[in-house]
Amino acid sequence: MTQASFWDSPRRIGAMIMRYRFLMMASWPRLLELAYWPTVQMILWGLINRFMVTQSDWMAQSAGLLIAAALLWDVLYRAQLGVSLVFFEEMYARNLGNLFVSPLRPFELALSLLTISLLRTLFGVGVAAGLAIGLYHYSIFDMGLPLLALFMNLLVMGWAIGLMIVAMVLRFGLGMEGFAWAVIFAFAPLSGVYYPISILPEWLQPVAQLLPSSHVFEGMRLIMNEHVFSIEKVIAAAELNVVFMIIALGLYSLAFYSARQRGLLLQMGE
Amino acid sequence: MPAIEVLHLQKNYGDIIAVDQLSFEVPRGKTYALLGGNGAGKTTTLSMLLGLLLPTSGTIRILGIDMIRDRFKALPRMNFTSPYVDIPHRLTVEENLRVYGGLYGVRHVKRRISDLAEEYQLSPFLKRRYGSLSQGQKTRVSLAKSLLNEPEVLLMDEPTAALDPYTADQVRTALKAYQARTEATILLASHNMREVERLCDNILMMKQGRIVDQGSPVELIGRYDEQNLEDVFIQIAKGSELPR
Repeated sequence: MTQASFWDSPRRIGAMIMRYRFLMMASWPRLLELAYWPTVQMILWGLINRFMVTQSDWMAQSAGLLIAAALLWDVLYRAQLGVSLVFFEEMYARNLGNLFVSPLRPFELALSLLTISLLRTLFGVGVAAGLAIGLYHYSIFDMGLPLLALFMNLLVMGWAIGLMIVAMVLRFGLGMEGFAWAVIFAFAPLSGVYYPISILPEWLQPVAQLLPSSHVFEGMRLIMNEHVFSIEKVIAAAELNVVFMIIALGLYSLAFYSARQRGLLLQMGE
Repeated sequence: MPAIEVLHLQKNYGDIIAVDQLSFEVPRGKTYALLGGNGAGKTTTLSMLLGLLLPTSGTIRILGIDMIRDRFKALPRMNFTSPYVDIPHRLTVEENLRVYGGLYGVRHVKRRISDLAEEYQLSPFLKRRYGSLSQGQKTRVSLAKSLLNEPEVLLMDEPTAALDPYTADQVRTALKAYQARTEATILLASHNMREVERLCDNILMMKQGRIVDQGSPVELIGRYDEQNLEDVFIQIAKGSELPR
């Protein structure tokens, strides 16, 4: 009745996206959760921003700097959660055994996770960005096309970290679940989300330079404070993202191989 | 060409030998059972046949395809069901079947779901969440999922576990009807002797990862001079440990 071919991949990825759409449509709290945290963050940082512009010349130069930082930080966070939480949904459902005996290939599963992550991020951060216009008269879209470059770099970094977490969970089980929520915050201080990298201790600055996100947030500040789009920052972030993605895909493949060696795929669940 | 060919299959976990030089064939259109006590290696064997578990050594060919190198060529023509592997609880029965229809590339999936719903009496709860169903209803949905792509090879782990005798009988009847219509090959792992006697042409008796005997239910009952398959099973299980 059916026959496998490489060109069936988009159909299988589409089936996984449909599975996730069904899940979201059946649960309004899940939909609410997508926009809840980015909105809370945006409101909080919007108020801090409003206070800071009255206190600091530097802040006054660029209205909405902290709102933009909060929204872009959420792009990174949502992108990572979008990959890892959607994979966890399959584990909670004890559905992995059925998925892995279907013709769905591991790279197709990864692509479906990335696509769903993109949709979740666009929805969650999109709602918060829209509300920022209404509440603070600040539109992050005023950045224009450079915003797309910043967004894409944060999205890819989030995907890479998300895939690394999936690899860890495949290898070590759902005990690593808590890690999915917490790991991204280890990157926050080094990313210079709300302050320039130059305020970090000198010995830590080269470490920060190894993160794509630090270049993105430096680039954001250049756009907002000096109205300069630094293509060098975007390229540096993109190059680092290539390295992050290679490591993530390597770990993901290794974790699958290890799970098949150890017989974990049929047993995975809560 | 047999539907399933297994040659010198071995799976070690460190010093533990889970499957030990297993070799067997299942001809097309036949139903075979893997029968054995807990830890005999049945589920490990099924996992390797499905490509979920990599063997330490040996070969597996399903429908002539090397499962270790090329499993994605065979998987669209196979399927699997087990009460120990779930289907997403929050999706309705119909949504789950649509998703799996997409994964298996089933043509005219809505019509296929409708046919399966009629055949397995799923129509009254197609729009209900899978998680809200009784165990018997879930098993029927799981069976429908495993037949969505009209598999040429169907692997089953304890297909009627946790079912009441009436529902279990319905499932067996449905399986028989499916096989009669499609000439599919079925390999099932089970502890249920009545099920095995009713469904299977041949039984592979496993112990400590090896096949210790095989034959039709009638042959095995005669060979061990017992009244039924359950007594044969007990006699084999009680037998002395196999030399390694």
